[in-house]
Amino acid sequence: MAIPSYATRGERIWHYVFLGLCALIFLFLVGPLLVIIPLSFNAQPYFTFTQEMLTFDPQGYSLRWYQDFFTSSRWLNAIKNSFIIGIASTILATVLGTIAALGLSSRHMPARGVIMALLISPMIVPLIISAAAMFFFFSRINLAQTYLGVILAHTALGIPFVVITVTATLSSFDTTLIRAAHSLGANPTRTFFKVVLPLVTPGVVSGALFAFITSFDEVVVVLFIAGPEQRTMPIQMWSGIREQISPTILAVATLLVLLSMLLLTTLELLRRRGERLRGLTPG
Amino acid sequence: MSDSAAPLTTADGVPLKVSLRRAVRRSKFKALLLVSPLLLFLGIAFVIPIFEMLSRSVANPEVSTSLPRTVAALENWDRQALPDEPVFEALVEDLREGQAARNLGLLASRLNYERSGMRSAINRTARGLGSMEPPYREAMLDAHARWGELDTWKLIERESSPYTMTYYLSALDRHLTPDGEITMAPDNQQIHVSLFWRTFWMSGLITLMTLLLGYPIAFLLANLPLRHSNLLMILVLLPFWTSLLVRTTTWIAILQSQGVLNDMMVFLGVIADEARWQMIHNKIGTVVAMTHILLPFMILPLYSVMKTIPPSYMRAARSLGGRPFLCFRRVYFPLTIPGIAAGGILVFILSIGYYITPALVGGQSGRFITNYIAYHMQTSLNWGLAAAIASILLFVVVVFYLVFNRLVGVDKVKLG
Repeated sequence: MAIPSYATRGERIWHYVFLGLCALIFLFLVGPLLVIIPLSFNAQPYFTFTQEMLTFDPQGYSLRWYQDFFTSSRWLNAIKNSFIIGIASTILATVLGTIAALGLSSRHMPARGVIMALLISPMIVPLIISAAAMFFFFSRINLAQTYLGVILAHTALGIPFVVITVTATLSSFDTTLIRAAHSLGANPTRTFFKVVLPLVTPGVVSGALFAFITSFDEVVVVLFIAGPEQRTMPIQMWSGIREQISPTILAVATLLVLLSMLLLTTLELLRRRGERLRGLTPG
Repeated sequence: MSDSAAPLTTADGVPLKVSLRRAVRRSKFKALLLVSPLLLFLGIAFVIPIFEMLSRSVANPEVSTSLPRTVAALENWDRQALPDEPVFEALVEDLREGQAARNLGLLASRLNYERSGMRSAINRTARGLGSMEPPYREAMLDAHARWGELDTWKLIERESSPYTMTYYLSALDRHLTPDGEITMAPDNQQIHVSLFWRTFWMSGLITLMTLLLGYPIAFLLANLPLRHSNLLMILVLLPFWTSLLVRTTTWIAILQSQGVLNDMMVFLGVIADEARWQMIHNKIGTVVAMTHILLPFMILPLYSVMKTIPPSYMRAARSLGGRPFLCFRRVYFPLTIPGIAAGGILVFILSIGYYITPALVGGQSGRFITNYIAYHMQTSLNWGLAAAIASILLFVVVVFYLVFNRLVGVDKVKLG
C-alpha cells in the first residue's frame, strides 16, 4: 500500500483519508469488544462508565461481577453443560466429518457437488428452522430434553465446518508424497501415520475448533430442544439479557472474548505450522 | 497386422480398459463408503427432521381423525341447508368419543384458527354431552349457535381432507372463505407479509452496509505486505470468533439510552440529557448489530478474490493514462464482482435467517420473520403456521443457496 512516486497531491490526500477510513472501520469491528472489558469491572450495577471509572478511582472498579459469576451455581452448571455438549459433539462431528472428507477429496467421488451441498446445508439453513424441525423430530423419538439430543443436534450443525476445513486441507495435499513414501518402502499404515496425518492434522484440529465454537455459542437449537437440565452458557446469557440484565453478563462476555482470543491464536499457530510443513513459507 | 489392432492388456491378460474401469469403480465405491456414515447421520439428524417439518405445514389430521363419523355422514350433504339428524348424531358420537379420549383440544384449536368461536362451540357442547338426548339436531342447536350456521359445516367438510393449504395462506395473511375463495385477512391481522418484506429489505440494507464497510478493509488487507495484513486480519477474525451473544450484549451496552455512546454524546454536549438517542430496540439496533456481526462474512470472500488480482493491472491502467478513479472503476472493480456476489449472497442468506440478534436488540419494529416462527412455536403453539412460515423462508434461502453454489461453489467457502 505504499504510495507510488508518481502519485499526485490529491492521491496522497486520498490515500491518507482512505487509511483513516479503514482505521474507523477497524474501530467499529473491534471497539465494541474492547469496550466491555473495562465495563465488566464496574463497581456499580450499570452498563456504562461511571464518574469514578472515568477518573480512574479504584473505588469505581471491582471484581464483584466475576465473583458473582464464579459463585453462582447456575452459571457454573451452564459452563459445565456447555463443555460436555461442546466436546461430545465436536468429537462426533470431527470423526464423521474427517472420514467423509477423505472420501470427498477422492478424484472418483460420484455426485460430489450434490453431496457437498447437502453436507454444508446445516450451515445455510436458518438456525430457527433447524431448531423447529429438530424439536418436532426429537420430541417424537424422545430425544428432546436429553443431553444426547442436544449433542446430536450440535454435531449436525458442526459438521459443515469440519467438512469444509478438512477437504480444503486435503485438496492442497500433495498425493505424490504418498507414492514417495511407498517407494521408500513404507507400508500404508506407516505412510498414513508418518506422512498423511502430520500434514492433515492442522486442518482437522481447526475444523474441530470450528465445530466446538459452533456448539459452544449456539442458542437457538438449545432453546428449542434442551430441558432445564441442559441449560448452556449461551442460554444463560440469553435469559440474562432478556430478564434481569446484570453486569455479570459483561464479566462472562469478557471471559468469552479472552477464550476466542485463545482459540484464534491456536488457529493461527496451526495455520503457520501447516504452511511450514508444506514448505509454503520459510521458517 | 493383428498385433497392432489387439487391445492393450494388463499382465494377467485382462484388457486395460476393463481393468481401468474396475479400478475406478472400486475407488468410487471406496469414496462413497467413506462418506456414507456422515450422509446417514445427517439424513437422520437433519434431513428427515426438515422434511417432517415441511410436511407439517400441510398436514391436517385433526378433523379427519377426531370426527370420522361426521365426515362420513357429511359426504352426501348438499351444502345448501343445515345437515340432517344423522350428521348431528354422528357429531355427538364423535365428540363423546373425543371427550373420553381427551383429545378435543386439538380439534377445537384447529377449527378456531379458521373460524373464531369454534373453540367455545366445541368446549361448551362437550360439557353438555352427558345429558344430551335425541333428537340431537335440536339439542346441538340449543347448545351453541355455531352449529346452526351453514359456514361451520362447510368448514368441517373442507377441513376433513388430510392436507390443507390454510397454513400457507395464513402465513401470507390470507384465508379461505367458507365457500373456498381466497381473501385477504382483515387489515389489523396482516402481520406476516409485511414482516417478510421487512426481513428482506433490512437484510438487503445490512448486506449493503457490510459491503460498504467491508470493501475498503478487504482492499487494504489484500494490498498490504503479508506481514502487516496478517496482523490486521486478526482484527477481522476476532469478532468472527467471538460469541454471538457477546457481540449482541456489547451493542446493548453501547447503544442503550443510558449506554456508552449516549453518555459520551451527552458529556461532549452534542445532545441534551433529556434527548438521548433511541438506538436500540428498534431498526437501528438491529441493523448496526447485525452489520457488525456479519461484516467478517463479507470481508473474507472479498479478500480472497482481491488477493488474486495482480497489482500490475492497476499500474498498467494508470500507465495508459487512466485517472485513478477511472482505473478503479473500469479495471479493479469489475474483477472484484465475484467476491461481492459471494459475500453479498452469504451475508444476505445468513441475515434473513437470523433470530437471536433481532430478538434481543430489535424491539417491536426491528423484528424479523424468524421471530414469528419462534412466536408460533413457543407462544401461540400454532405449529402448522410456524412450519408454513419456516418453509417459505427455507425456500427463499435455498434459492439463494443454489445461486451461491452456482456462482461460487460451496466447497470454495473459506473459513478464517
